[in-house]
Amino acid sequence: MELAAFAFFALLALGSAIVVVGHRNPVYSTMSLVVALLATAGLFVLLGSPFLAVLQVLLYTGAIVVLFLFVIMLLNVGRERPAAGRGTMQTWVAGVGALVFFGAMARLIWESYGEAEAPRLTEEFVATRGLAELLFTTYLLPFEIIGLLLLVAVVAASWVARRPTPDEEEEAP
Amino acid sequence: MSPQTLAMLAKVGLWVFFLLQVAPVMLWLERRAPAFMQDRLGPNRVGPLGLLQGIADAVKFIFKEDVNPSGADRGLYLLAPMLALVPAMTTFLVLPFGPTVEIGGHRTSLVVIDSDAGILLFLSLASLGVYSLVLAGWASNNKWSLLGSIRASAQMISYELALTTTVVCALIPAGSMNLTDVVDYQREGLWQFVTQPLGFLVFLVAAFAETNRLPFDLPEAESELVAGYHTEYGSMRFAMFFMGEYMSMTTLSALGMTLYFGGWSLPWLDFSQFTGLVQALLGFTILVLKVGLALFFFIWVRWTFPRFRYDQLMRLGWKVLLPLAVLQLVVTAAMTVGGLL
Repeated sequence: MELAAFAFFALLALGSAIVVVGHRNPVYSTMSLVVALLATAGLFVLLGSPFLAVLQVLLYTGAIVVLFLFVIMLLNVGRERPAAGRGTMQTWVAGVGALVFFGAMARLIWESYGEAEAPRLTEEFVATRGLAELLFTTYLLPFEIIGLLLLVAVVAASWVARRPTPDEEEEAP
Repeated sequence: MSPQTLAMLAKVGLWVFFLLQVAPVMLWLERRAPAFMQDRLGPNRVGPLGLLQGIADAVKFIFKEDVNPSGADRGLYLLAPMLALVPAMTTFLVLPFGPTVEIGGHRTSLVVIDSDAGILLFLSLASLGVYSLVLAGWASNNKWSLLGSIRASAQMISYELALTTTVVCALIPAGSMNLTDVVDYQREGLWQFVTQPLGFLVFLVAAFAETNRLPFDLPEAESELVAGYHTEYGSMRFAMFFMGEYMSMTTLSALGMTLYFGGWSLPWLDFSQFTGLVQALLGFTILVLKVGLALFFFIWVRWTFPRFRYDQLMRLGWKVLLPLAVLQLVVTAAMTVGGLL
């Protein structure tokens, strides 16, 4: 039963992830991303962490991807056209990069296969209370630094998007 | 079938039965109530007091032609109305409607999913509701629809922040994300709209924006956008948006009642004197009555206030409601630490 559920969610996540990169219509890609994220949330539940699953849906599916969709619609992005020519430099670099990545992943999985069982996720890590305590005591500094990092990104984005001052407008052209 | 499965099915059945009655009853109430506010009669021809108007409308929706606009993205156009019902028909899972009771020798808590992450489940499922609005507008291939969709996504993301922050405020004194504990906390002390008036006010305003009701129904503003995101929809597909909106109002009202008005409980009413089944039905009835009052309030406000302008809506959300919610958060946290709550 658990294996069947795992296979279902894993295949769904992989399949929809392929659609995300493969589909020519950006709205369909985004919706596939939603399906992929929901399937990953299902995998989290199978791993015994409903909290993580719920956060995944709340933050990624419920907020971040909605903003993706918002921008796609606001800019009215049309269907993606096929690239002008094949066999360009970019294709080769991308191909080699993909091979290296999958090689590294395959090796990691191969090496870890059959080794001692990974430590079980204890209640301390999985339950909401335990997770909260860890985040606000042991891992408080990294947690705050991540928050600061996001703040920096927000400030930078609003600086990039600001209206240019009269001086800058003169310089720009 | 095991007793657990049976109890689960009974609880889900009770909720679904209730939610399916909401749309026709609200359809009737939303015409009759404002009619009396405006000193006229409203629909009174079908059945006694016009009570069967909902059935007449349902029949009309079913037999109307199912139009497919040319140039519409057919797959997403058909999917969008169904998505409108997803949050509406799932969020009730974590709302408690009674204490833990014993029925036929089996103990069961009167909530479908009794989880420590309960409120998060509610919020995450509710946050999926925006997809139906956004996809409906985009797939219709209509400029008014698209504008409505863009407004919807920006509005719902903005107001979700304030709403979630006030929900956090309401959870802090109980010290739990399980809504059952929040109700238990209020049964022992004051209802939280007394202790957190500011948080309740922000929750209320944000709830109107989240359900796209007047004065915040910008995504479907008739005077500017024809009918906004559902301009191109007709027949049963339009009815699904309609039902989705009423059901979302209902579940969000139930959440508000649970967080601020003691949920299924009433002060000075001791539940333990009744048998298990009576407790369950009584708790559910009390919750439904409270939700009914909230729904009437939704209608009352709709026929009282004019619609906001879009920039006013955004300013209110980000510059007024969010700071107020954060203020309530700080105050509640300080009072809880100081032992005042």
